Amino acid sequence: MFDSSFSQIVFGRLTLESLPIHEPILVVTFIVVAVLGTALLAAITWFRWWGYLWHEWFTSVDHKRIGVMYMVLGIVMLLRGFADAIMMRLQQALAFNGSEGYLPPHHYDQIFTAHGVIMIFFVAMPLVTGLMNFVVPLQIGARDVAFPFLNNFSFWMTTAGALLIMASLFIGEFAKTGWLAYPPLSGIEYSPDVGVDYWIWGLQIAGVGTTLSGINLIATIVKMRAPGMTMMKMPVFTWTSLCTNVLIVAAFPVLTAVLVLLTLDRYLGMNFFTSGFGGNPMMYVNLIWIWGHPEVYILILPAFGVFSEVAATFSGKRLFGYTSMVYATIVITILSYLVWLHHFFTMGSGASVNSFFGITTMIISIPTGAKLFNWLFTMYRGRIRFEEPMMWTVAFMLTFVIGGMTGVMLAVPPADFVLHNSLFLVAHFHNVIIGGVVFGMFAGISYWFPKAFGFKLDPFWGKVSFWFWVVGFYVAFMPLYLLGFMGVTRRLRQFDDPSLQIWFVIAGFGAFLIAIGIAAFLVQIFVSIRNRKALADLTGDPWDGRTLEWSTSSPPPAYNFAFTPVVRDNDAWWDMKRNGYARPLEGFRPIVMPRNTGAGVVLAGLSLVLGFALVWYIWWLAALCFVSLLIVAIGHTFNYNRTADFPAKTIADTEAERTRLLADAGVAS
Amino acid sequence: MSEFSADRSTGKPIFFLEDEHAHAEGGSTMLGFWIYLMSDCLIFAMLFATFGVLGGSYAAGPSPRDLFDLNLIALNTSMLLLSSLTNGFAMLAMAKGKVQATQFWLAVTVLFGIAFVSIEVYEFHHMIAEGATPQRSAFLSSFFTLVGTHGLHVTFGMIWMVTLMVQLGQRGLIEANRRRMTCLAMFWHFLDVIWIGVFTFVYLMGMLR
Repeated sequence: MFDSSFSQIVFGRLTLESLPIHEPILVVTFIVVAVLGTALLAAITWFRWWGYLWHEWFTSVDHKRIGVMYMVLGIVMLLRGFADAIMMRLQQALAFNGSEGYLPPHHYDQIFTAHGVIMIFFVAMPLVTGLMNFVVPLQIGARDVAFPFLNNFSFWMTTAGALLIMASLFIGEFAKTGWLAYPPLSGIEYSPDVGVDYWIWGLQIAGVGTTLSGINLIATIVKMRAPGMTMMKMPVFTWTSLCTNVLIVAAFPVLTAVLVLLTLDRYLGMNFFTSGFGGNPMMYVNLIWIWGHPEVYILILPAFGVFSEVAATFSGKRLFGYTSMVYATIVITILSYLVWLHHFFTMGSGASVNSFFGITTMIISIPTGAKLFNWLFTMYRGRIRFEEPMMWTVAFMLTFVIGGMTGVMLAVPPADFVLHNSLFLVAHFHNVIIGGVVFGMFAGISYWFPKAFGFKLDPFWGKVSFWFWVVGFYVAFMPLYLLGFMGVTRRLRQFDDPSLQIWFVIAGFGAFLIAIGIAAFLVQIFVSIRNRKALADLTGDPWDGRTLEWSTSSPPPAYNFAFTPVVRDNDAWWDMKRNGYARPLEGFRPIVMPRNTGAGVVLAGLSLVLGFALVWYIWWLAALCFVSLLIVAIGHTFNYNRTADFPAKTIADTEAERTRLLADAGVAS
Repeated sequence: MSEFSADRSTGKPIFFLEDEHAHAEGGSTMLGFWIYLMSDCLIFAMLFATFGVLGGSYAAGPSPRDLFDLNLIALNTSMLLLSSLTNGFAMLAMAKGKVQATQFWLAVTVLFGIAFVSIEVYEFHHMIAEGATPQRSAFLSSFFTLVGTHGLHVTFGMIWMVTLMVQLGQRGLIEANRRRMTCLAMFWHFLDVIWIGVFTFVYLMGMLR
């Protein structure tokens, strides 16, 4: 007895049985991850990259590097999230005619939960935040964000959250509750094991990062725009980023609070969402969707911004209806707080309440429709170049309209009573998230990649990826609309009616096509790196762009702009090119730049261990981590030496190098 | 067109500033801190809303009338309000450039803060001893969470104050420390405003329920 209570003090509820050694799928996955991970670490050690990575990337407070790290995180997690997707498709295509498929229920339930959580929090969010981080300061002519250290810290908190979720794959298990973990199922009574706790602490840690990066980017956009850039001269991507970050700051605290309440229920036996002692599970559903609905606009608004930039650039025209675009964005921002109840019309709040939320939901389609017409009119009579970003934009416009219309169908409460929690719903939100956010992120990646790295992405593999993604999407999700109409509900593991099987097989084939699309994207990056000489962008303006980020070199120097630009027009760089801008070649001044710091990595690392300790009830470790967090955070405030001068000589050298490159490219500087 | 757009003597457009355009360090701190406070305010808004929904769910357990001692709460409230006053004195001392007076008033503020938290802990302890635990009913869960979250904020504010007293001692009233003092003052007064809400909605209106 002494032994077991001793081990409980040291390891909490973590025992050898927590390792899933009896699950062949997980064991194989673990071996693959372990082998690849060891190989990667060995390679970094062999090539002596640790110092470089630590000094130039991990501790960097440069918004461009942090943006790139966010993108890498998002793409890596996309592979994990997609592996979950294809496992589900396979299971559902197989489990007919008495077959149980190949996934046991407790594993299948973890997979659909992990798929949703990872795709939203650790794929879409990092990709969106990464793009905003990279692009916004460049577009507004700033040298960095308002709080550079906070930016680095936010990134590492997001990564810590992702790592905690990944840890659940091999140590213990993940939640089996669906991605929003509704109580009472997620309460301690029905989910006594560690799955929901991993979910709680993973999201809580990542949520701190998201909220702080939201505050950071709002302050950046409001305070650090170049002289002359009034609010109504901001590029549309910056506008949508501003609205997205306002949404983040106004929505994520709600998630934080509701997670705290669920934590108190689970850890201290309180009664917020329990079925007894006055608790109210439906309050959880309301609260989580008060965060959750703005969240989907947090994801889509930056994508709208990307499409606006791309449509104008590749049509060679000023964006049609700039003012209406801005107001549409603002209206969507406000309305996104007035629709949350449409996620649960079936709760039974009565006809009046349902009508209100049904109508507000339908109203949102008006500003969104206005945006679509603006993009169409931007293309109208333009000289359209069908480069990869433009192809994604056109595919988005077609696909998103379909997803939007099925959304309006779901907004009708009587129809929703039929379609609620069916595969129709699943098809709808994948339609708007893949057709909107994912296509938008690919458009953004291919559009700004040359700015970030100095060479374009390979167009051939880009087109392969594009066609497999788009066709794969339609093959995978159109059958789900049909199945939803036939009454099939979501998250089912096994089916009785053999006539349904063919649709699941088609959907599975669609997922396979998307898999090729993802593989082609990875090949594209690899091929582009190999051919970087041929694909090089020496001018800094490979697409004949319109906004300020294209006025500096590719990749931009650490200080972004040797001289702060002055803005006279919405399309500032277009205006410069047309009106006799001459690149300054002398008179450089030293620039004050923030210093790199490792404090963000340390704080996020401690948070990760703290989360792990709390998941497993290892109280001494949790207390230790908490105290260390306080000490490190306070210690960091004693560091007053946070900036350094960037000498004028270095700037002169960097700019001279650029002059040489521009001459090579045959462009008069 | 803005005042930057053209050179007055030549009429040629200007596309960049020749002098470094200063974004003074910390120039965005006040705005950033305000936005942070609003996000924190939202957390409290959620807890108030939760209390609003569950505040009457006694589950056949004790109700506010059985539990609250308004005299004690009045004393507690006065501690917090006085601490805001002394924090204001610290800010006045800072404005006059007096380091030691600033530190002194911060110390007094911390003492009032300790008094506030101690009374709160006493109240909680008393309630729990009577069987009114956070687990007893949804009302008590939401009560302890709302009031306790405020108390935790006050505690972190005091840790911040002590840290800043040390930093004032080390570096005096330099620009960075003045900025931190202002943020701290905003935080402290913000907690006061939240407490007014707690006092009104939880305690006073609870007694009327």
